[in-house]
Amino acid sequence: MMKKMLMVTSALALGLATTAAKADPEAEVLHWWTSGGEAAAVKVLMEEFNANGGTWTDMPVAGGGGDAAMTALRARVLSGNAPTAVQLKGPSIQEWYEEGALGNIQDVAEAENWDELLPEAIQYHLKCDGEYCAAPVNIHRIDWIWSNSDILDEAGIEPPKNWDEFNAAAEKLQGMGILPLAHGGQAWQDATLFEAVAVGLGGPDFYRKALVDLDQDALKSDTMKQVFDQMRTLRGYVDDNFSGRDWNLATAMVINGEAAFQIMGDWAKGEFIAAGKEPGKDFYCSSPSGGAYLYNVDSFAFFNVDGEDRQAGQKLLAKLTMGENFQKVFNLNKGSIPARLDVSMDEFEFCGRQSNADLNEAIDNGFLLPSYAHGMALRGAQAGAITDVVTAHFNSDMSAEQAVEQLANAVAASQ
Amino acid sequence: MTDWLEKHVPKLVLAPSLIAIFVFVYGFIGWTAYVSFTKSRLLPKYDLVGPIQYEKLANSPRWEVALTNLAIFGILFILFAMVIGLILAILLDQKIRTEGPLRTIYLYPMALSFIVTGTAWKWILNPGLGIESVFRDMGFENFTFDWLVNPDLAIYTVVIAGVWQSSGFVMALFLAGLRSVDGEIIRAAMVDGISTPRIYMSIIIPSMAPIFLSSFIVLSHLAIKSFDLVIALTGGGPGYATDLPATFMYAMAFSRGDIGQAASSATVMMMIVTAIIVPYLYSELRPRHD
Repeated sequence: MMKKMLMVTSALALGLATTAAKADPEAEVLHWWTSGGEAAAVKVLMEEFNANGGTWTDMPVAGGGGDAAMTALRARVLSGNAPTAVQLKGPSIQEWYEEGALGNIQDVAEAENWDELLPEAIQYHLKCDGEYCAAPVNIHRIDWIWSNSDILDEAGIEPPKNWDEFNAAAEKLQGMGILPLAHGGQAWQDATLFEAVAVGLGGPDFYRKALVDLDQDALKSDTMKQVFDQMRTLRGYVDDNFSGRDWNLATAMVINGEAAFQIMGDWAKGEFIAAGKEPGKDFYCSSPSGGAYLYNVDSFAFFNVDGEDRQAGQKLLAKLTMGENFQKVFNLNKGSIPARLDVSMDEFEFCGRQSNADLNEAIDNGFLLPSYAHGMALRGAQAGAITDVVTAHFNSDMSAEQAVEQLANAVAASQ
Repeated sequence: MTDWLEKHVPKLVLAPSLIAIFVFVYGFIGWTAYVSFTKSRLLPKYDLVGPIQYEKLANSPRWEVALTNLAIFGILFILFAMVIGLILAILLDQKIRTEGPLRTIYLYPMALSFIVTGTAWKWILNPGLGIESVFRDMGFENFTFDWLVNPDLAIYTVVIAGVWQSSGFVMALFLAGLRSVDGEIIRAAMVDGISTPRIYMSIIIPSMAPIFLSSFIVLSHLAIKSFDLVIALTGGGPGYATDLPATFMYAMAFSRGDIGQAASSATVMMMIVTAIIVPYLYSELRPRHD
């Protein structure tokens, strides 16, 4: 019944579409950029799209960090009426490709020379069987330590650049009666800490083996035990009240001087700036990863759609998304940095320029790594299995040995 | 013609909702059970592969936590809601003058959604905002009440909030039951000089057995499908210490893209409900021979 209705309405819609003027670019865009800065950022693209003769139908689905949008997407794909473009990222692009749902924008990518403009590691996520099926909008860095400059200057501490420095700084601050680490006890935030520790303590190779390739030896290694031990140490630096706290409240603690550090992706910067703080002056950004760079790349994936106008819409959208103007304006609004490497960073603030410089260095060294905690390295079920262990360990008195064993088992079961 | 109408109109009127129930309730239960035997991940697949999803479920520490929590929460929630509800009902039954307002006050939490209850209790129980901080500000420096953030005790905070919400409703059920007991019997017992506690224990409460059963059924299905309370109160945390089967199922279906695990956990949940409801239906529906 339901299905029939849908078929009738989509047939009607198709009929209407074909009678309209041919190949007016049309795009229905499913995304969950709904908060202030994000909504402003995506509006830039909408305006450009409309200015180029297209018709943009906005389909924002808020809630659950994209869960609600993914539910809507599943329903649309199952009913045979996929949106033109969808905010997707990382391995979920490949997952949808394997379900046979994704289209192809290779000709746009070739015409615009994407292979030259994008870091190779990131191209990998955007290609389905060697051809582009998604366009990137930004690069977020995950492994940042944000710190309150007043507290650090007063205590005579430099922004920590590795975990030993971090621990030393935290001990010193604790001795002074200052809370070292602002953290929110939610599973994904625990996972964010965990991957920053893993890459900092184990180095890029260990990180890649353990959290990208899911190599059992690396998962069971002594290095992994050290990672869990460091997590236990970090647990000692958070306040008693951290459980369930949202990330932006943790950021506010650093802004207000209630805590010295927060470890969080670069969206935290937006909270500092919104509070009138200046990057590099009122607050510092440093990375504990020793040259490695954990990225989270948002992108638009292009689904299989019927009708010339919608296909024209995909091409125009792909082109504009990678356009220099959009990449700059969007990322100035969102706190991330452009995915294409040739955009001028002059208008970006201190931490954004730092992120870009680190990115280029990491590319040269081969240290550019996908974030597991933010769904870039692994599929949902596998990443979820790891997060379960990480958060269970962080929130209990589980030993590092037990955690490593559970981790290896959980990963094996999820494959 | 009127005969025909008389005969068929009721059936025609009932047919759409009957069909809707068969498709959207029983049809989808069957679909979920079928999918639980496949390798579905992001989208449902339809090749049967045997009970691998159930094996995976049985080996999952998180599912084990969810089931244990359901047992703890279910038993304590039903027990306390019924005991407190009964005590409140008996106290209200003493023909006190302010019964009307009091009854409304106790019943009122039922009018709130679990989300509101959960959020309010989250603040009350939060060590930095709620009870603990109030007592510490009053000078009891060592007062500790941190169940909400303690992984071993957090599930009991869900019990507290759930009981607060539901015991008033149970009270209303019991009060109706108490009032329905024949006053003649009670007066006769009083004339015989039997004490009031004894009258309750031996006459009134035993005659309320059907009410006990109904409130047990209502509370147990509330417990098993409990979802919003946990989401609002603890978000399943700390870690996944307060996960219940329903939140586990939601996480698998909507955050993890693991439909197979979600379907198998949903099927297990339904079997638990069935294990409780079927004996009840059986006892209610069987023909009475007396």
